[in-house]
Amino acid sequence: MLGLALLVLPLLGLLVRSPWADLPHVLGEAEVLDALRLSLVSASSATAIALVLGVPLAWVLARSEARAISLLRSVVTLPLVLPPVVGGVALLFAFGRTGIVGRWLDQWLGLTIPFTTAAVVLAETFVAMPFLVITVEGALRAADKGYDEAAATLGASRLTVFRRVTLPLVRPSLAAGAVLCWARALGEFGATITFAGNLQGVTRTMPLAVYLAMQTNPRAATALSLLLLLVSVLVLVGLRDRWLADGRRR
Amino acid sequence: MSVTLAGTLARGSFRAGLAVGVADREVLGVLGPNGAGKSTLLRTLAGLLPLAEGSLRLGGRLLDDPSKGVFLHPEERPVGMVFQDYRLFPHLDVLDNVAFAGRCRGLSRRVARAQATEWVDRLGLGGLAHRRPDEVSGGQAQRVALARALAREPELLLLDEPLAALDTRTRLDVRTELRRHLSGFAGPTVLVTHDPLEAMVMTDRLLVLEAGRVVQDAAPAEVARRPATPFVARLVGINLYAGELDPDTATVALDEGGSLVASIDPGTTGRVLVGLRPSAITLHVVPPGRASTRNAWPGTVTGLELLGDRVRVQVGGEPPALVDVTPDAVAELGIEPGLPVWLTAKATETDAYPDVATLPA
Repeated sequence: MLGLALLVLPLLGLLVRSPWADLPHVLGEAEVLDALRLSLVSASSATAIALVLGVPLAWVLARSEARAISLLRSVVTLPLVLPPVVGGVALLFAFGRTGIVGRWLDQWLGLTIPFTTAAVVLAETFVAMPFLVITVEGALRAADKGYDEAAATLGASRLTVFRRVTLPLVRPSLAAGAVLCWARALGEFGATITFAGNLQGVTRTMPLAVYLAMQTNPRAATALSLLLLLVSVLVLVGLRDRWLADGRRR
Repeated sequence: MSVTLAGTLARGSFRAGLAVGVADREVLGVLGPNGAGKSTLLRTLAGLLPLAEGSLRLGGRLLDDPSKGVFLHPEERPVGMVFQDYRLFPHLDVLDNVAFAGRCRGLSRRVARAQATEWVDRLGLGGLAHRRPDEVSGGQAQRVALARALAREPELLLLDEPLAALDTRTRLDVRTELRRHLSGFAGPTVLVTHDPLEAMVMTDRLLVLEAGRVVQDAAPAEVARRPATPFVARLVGINLYAGELDPDTATVALDEGGSLVASIDPGTTGRVLVGLRPSAITLHVVPPGRASTRNAWPGTVTGLELLGDRVRVQVGGEPPALVDVTPDAVAELGIEPGLPVWLTAKATETDAYPDVATLPA
């Protein structure tokens, strides 16, 4: 019960103290709309990238029998335990203008990542992708390899097996992993502010806007927090219904 | 399109040296205890396991030969497999399960479904096409698995204990039906089972595997009449004794004590097995008088088991034996564990044949 209280009380506090009347007013501000749009776009982009890159990675982690895999798994999960600010610093060292990769991007392609929207997406992907990888890997590991074998004896190549049997079977976990990833990306603060900065309309996502507002105008900050909470809850509820419907059909 | 395999199968540290051939239209049954190598054989044929050594051919085509660096993966072999637990894809309905092989061949969804519909109808599953695997019964799931494997249009059909997951009543119906479908299949079929009745009814030839080697390869009736090992004898319910034959007196000195006068084929000598059906033995509660039966020995009842319309009595003695009597006889004679009895068997019912299984390979 104490645990529950610890989780619920802060949210209640936020709801009770919310300046509900201010909400429409706050929502109308261009700054807020920019932040909200940027947050949604970058969190969704980060999730899309995590799906494309993370699912194959999860498959390798789950199915490979190589010794080095456990080491690889530790590397993949490192961003989970790493303080996000440290992640941001690390990203700067890698992709900053003088970083090991960023230097070449700058010299050869004239690309500068830090302090752009791309940097926001990169930072969010870095921090949030492990959630997806771990969730999907667990499901793949638990999935019955018998179905893969059956598909192979029916003439399915490895890619076809993956696409038409393995993936559909882990779809609930895939959805769960994507939601976790999206939520983590939406709330990302430390790595973003370190690596991408705090420029309105470019890198100032909702969490950054909340923090900034807190310094000057706490009422606006509460309104923004409320907004962020609403968006999260809406997405969770929307997806949850779809899982349940899916779960019943099985 | 017959299939031939000669070589060493491997699964983990398990090794099995086998030479097996199955002709077109022939159904080979593979019988044996757990761990004998039955599943390993099937998985090797399917390409789920590579041969450690030797070669596997289907028709004129080499499927597996490590010395030549040839190994076709399961999806590259024209082989259909029905798994013991069926492994129907839970996210697809019956029709799409059956259409899976067609889709893998690159057919469009519409064409693959049309083909699948033919198989579904042929196996009497028409009304179930849009059910999910968890919405059909065990017997129906078995037919879906068969339809799915046949829709691959395989040249070799493999069945892993196809009836093991069914309850006894369903098994009877499905067995008859499966036999009918198998006889309609043009290529060789390999059917793994541990059920002797299934083996007798559904197969043309039986291969008995024990500890990774072939101990018997014969027609089902021959296996039932002259089992080569205690395992098979127990399965088919025959008393089996190993011993040394004295050809002059036709008497076999049994390894476990006692002796039996047996009927022998001319020229038989040395190590033999003696098969004696439980129904060929007569049980007496008083010592039998002089009679034409050549074999008579004392024993003690150790157990009773009801088998349909008869009772199988276990008798300890030299040798021990299973004897079939009627339930009436059990009541009338007061047969119960501990009762001293006499057993008699005619020499003509006592069949001695060479012990090939223990011969050096």
